[in-house]
Amino acid sequence: MAIDVRNVTKRFGDFTALDDVSLSVPDGSLTALLGPSGGGKSTLLRVIAGLETPDGGDVLFSKEPVTRLPPQQREVGFVFQHYAAFKHMTVRDNIAFGLKIRKRAKDEVRERVDELLALVHLQGFAERYPSQLSGGQRQRMALARALAVQPRVLLLDEPFGALDATVRKELRDWLRRLHDEVHVTTIFVTHDQEEALEVAEQVAVINGGRIEQTGSPDDLYERPANAFVMGFVGPVSRFGERWVRPHDIEVVEDEDDGAIQALIERVARVGFEVRIEAVLGDGSPVPILVTRDLADQMELRAGQIVWLRVHGAREFAA
Amino acid sequence: MVVASSRRSRITLRVIALGYLALLLAIPVAMVFYRTFEHGFGSAWEAVTTPPAQHAFYLTCLMVVIAVPLNTLFGVGLALALVRGRWRGKTLVSAIVDLPFAISPVVVGLALILVYGNSGWIGSWFADNGVRIIFSTPGMVLATIFVSLPFVVREVVPVLREIGTDQEEAAHVLGAGPLQTFWRITLPAIRWGVAYGVILTTARSLGEFGAVAVVSGKIEGQTETMTLFVEQRYQAFDLAGAYAAAVVLALLALAVIAGMTLLDRRKET
Amino acid sequence: MSVRADAAALPARPVRGGLARAAGPAVGGALATAYISLIVLIPLAAVVVESTAGGLSAFWSAITGAQAFGAMRFTVVVSLAVVAVNILTGTLIAWVLVRDRFPGKRAINALIDLPFALPTIVAGLVLLALYGPKGPAPFDIGFTRIAVALALLFVTLPFVVRSVQPVLMELDREMEEAAASLGAKPATVFRRVVLPNLVPAIAAGAGLAFARALGEFGSVVLISGNIPFKTEVASVFLFGQIESDNTAGAASVSVVLLVLSFVLLLFVSWISTRGVRRGGG
Repeated sequence: MAIDVRNVTKRFGDFTALDDVSLSVPDGSLTALLGPSGGGKSTLLRVIAGLETPDGGDVLFSKEPVTRLPPQQREVGFVFQHYAAFKHMTVRDNIAFGLKIRKRAKDEVRERVDELLALVHLQGFAERYPSQLSGGQRQRMALARALAVQPRVLLLDEPFGALDATVRKELRDWLRRLHDEVHVTTIFVTHDQEEALEVAEQVAVINGGRIEQTGSPDDLYERPANAFVMGFVGPVSRFGERWVRPHDIEVVEDEDDGAIQALIERVARVGFEVRIEAVLGDGSPVPILVTRDLADQMELRAGQIVWLRVHGAREFAA
Repeated sequence: MVVASSRRSRITLRVIALGYLALLLAIPVAMVFYRTFEHGFGSAWEAVTTPPAQHAFYLTCLMVVIAVPLNTLFGVGLALALVRGRWRGKTLVSAIVDLPFAISPVVVGLALILVYGNSGWIGSWFADNGVRIIFSTPGMVLATIFVSLPFVVREVVPVLREIGTDQEEAAHVLGAGPLQTFWRITLPAIRWGVAYGVILTTARSLGEFGAVAVVSGKIEGQTETMTLFVEQRYQAFDLAGAYAAAVVLALLALAVIAGMTLLDRRKET
Repeated sequence: MSVRADAAALPARPVRGGLARAAGPAVGGALATAYISLIVLIPLAAVVVESTAGGLSAFWSAITGAQAFGAMRFTVVVSLAVVAVNILTGTLIAWVLVRDRFPGKRAINALIDLPFALPTIVAGLVLLALYGPKGPAPFDIGFTRIAVALALLFVTLPFVVRSVQPVLMELDREMEEAAASLGAKPATVFRRVVLPNLVPAIAAGAGLAFARALGEFGSVVLISGNIPFKTEVASVFLFGQIESDNTAGAASVSVVLLVLSFVLLLFVSWISTRGVRRGGG
């Protein structure tokens, strides 16, 4: 089901959370809303879910306006950052909730819950209470609960934010595979650009209540629309008005046509990469990324003067 | 606000709740105020400044002035012992402290008579030495202490638990003795809990009726507190006197609530 | 509400440095125990002893005597009814105070404590002024069982409200949003998600209210007329017995009331800790 957000504005008192925001989400796609905290991405998600009502603009599901429709009637599945588990119910009852209030037959409910428990790998945990589960298990239960009623769209609000790094990676991959299987239009909110770029087909960068850019992960990384997007989606080095990726800076031995002089302050070997902190003549810092081979070849070390050649820099008006 | 019901059901609930409170609390209280000042402030004042009334007021104040400091001292001491100490019988003592909440005031009176009455376990010794506890002021003080016992303890214990021992341990490391630590560190940290407890203790002491009624013998002009005075005036068909005294007590109760509200705000900051 | 279980469960850190510090709390504990013994324990023990002064048969006939039994039965029945009403109105009022917004809410919230602060005799007088024989209300409840119920409703008002309020404030709103997103209407959300999480608090408040209602004296004594077998509550009956110097009989009935109160206190304590355990994590 395709989703259209048109010129949505949302204010909380004096604070404008969303300012004339428009977004198109194709049917069956996996879209990420990416941005810094407080930027408006969760608000946008909640507007789509019907948990907030916009002050201006419209939300359409398959071309039908749903802006005034309460969340009960939008057929959305919502997953919260802190799980929002019904702590007084077992895992089974949690997942069955949506079906039970729709008065489905007991057998049907039981079957469907078992199906979902298998899908999220929680088969042995049906009779446990949420407080007896780990964070990752609770989030899987929350997902199963949201999927139980076959929503037209799945909305996830920083779903892995409360989990530690390994679990986060696992669930990230798992979400991707789930989407391949289930093919429901999915939108998730995150402030982690790595997560967005790795998982999503389409990414919308939201900052200060505005959408900075919408596109595929590649689009955003290779062809950022402005300095903010470029800086948010990956590491940047700045040469005055020119912005370039640290791995696009070539380190050469001699002063060559147009090469810029820099002093290496620190060399850090991090796994496969070598991260160099250098400063230009005017004192401005320049992060550089090179391979181990190059670093070894050139014997790069702190205190060394080197020359930099910049490739594929972008210019943005500050 | 998405799961707040429709505007109409929200207003319905509000009306029912407020209506209930109005009919049960607000209007009856307002009624008494109205009746008291119906015939002017002057007559109300007269009704409440007769010698028995004044004596009743004096007695009530006496109860408060004795019971509150004693229970505060006990309350803070016991709270410290419960939270910071290690001794056997903590659970039991904790349970006993809560008892005054659940016991009928008349039973309290009976219990005190049995022990401190002229033929009681302890009272008989006092009687032999010419001291009367029951049917006299000391008995009434005991009753007031009993019923208002738990408040300071219950307010201070959670505060003590919450602030933890870190500050006190830091003080010890810096060389402070136990008394210094208590006075300079612990007491300031628990002051709002203590204040709240004191206010509640005061309110309870002011308002006690049943236990004091049993224990005092209700001798008019001698062993009547203000609450007993209200009842006595009513039984004597002196509605004006009863209402006037009731209004004094109600005003004190409202002052107590104002104090509680003020402290709530202070606690939050 | 009950500090008992919490205080006992606290692992006490040994007070550091010096005999004085280690002994301090122990001495404090001893002093406190003495204070409580003199004021509370010994008098209560005296009641228990007195109740069996005439032997078990005297105890039994004291509590099964017609008037005694009638008073006790009436007290229990009317207290249960009052608690039932409080469960409904208390939860409702707590809900309105926590979730709704209207001018004067803070003042009304403070006023809930009035029955705690107002002397019971004044409470009875106040209700009499409005709903009694000389009151402007179109009906007269003086000397009726309804009057007793009304007085009890007044004095027990804050218990359920104050018990439920903090739990309601702490409740995870996202649970309700999740239920709504799954298709539940507001009434369903309340019934299936909010209410189950309130049950321990409601039960605790109800237990305390029940204990209070059982022993209530001051507010009832004027308004009910204290008619034996009709509007006489246990505490009023006891008062009469004490005045007639029948302390043994009074003590017997008192013991029954004491046992009931103690059981209720235990119940409240149990249910408070149980609620915490389930919902936690």
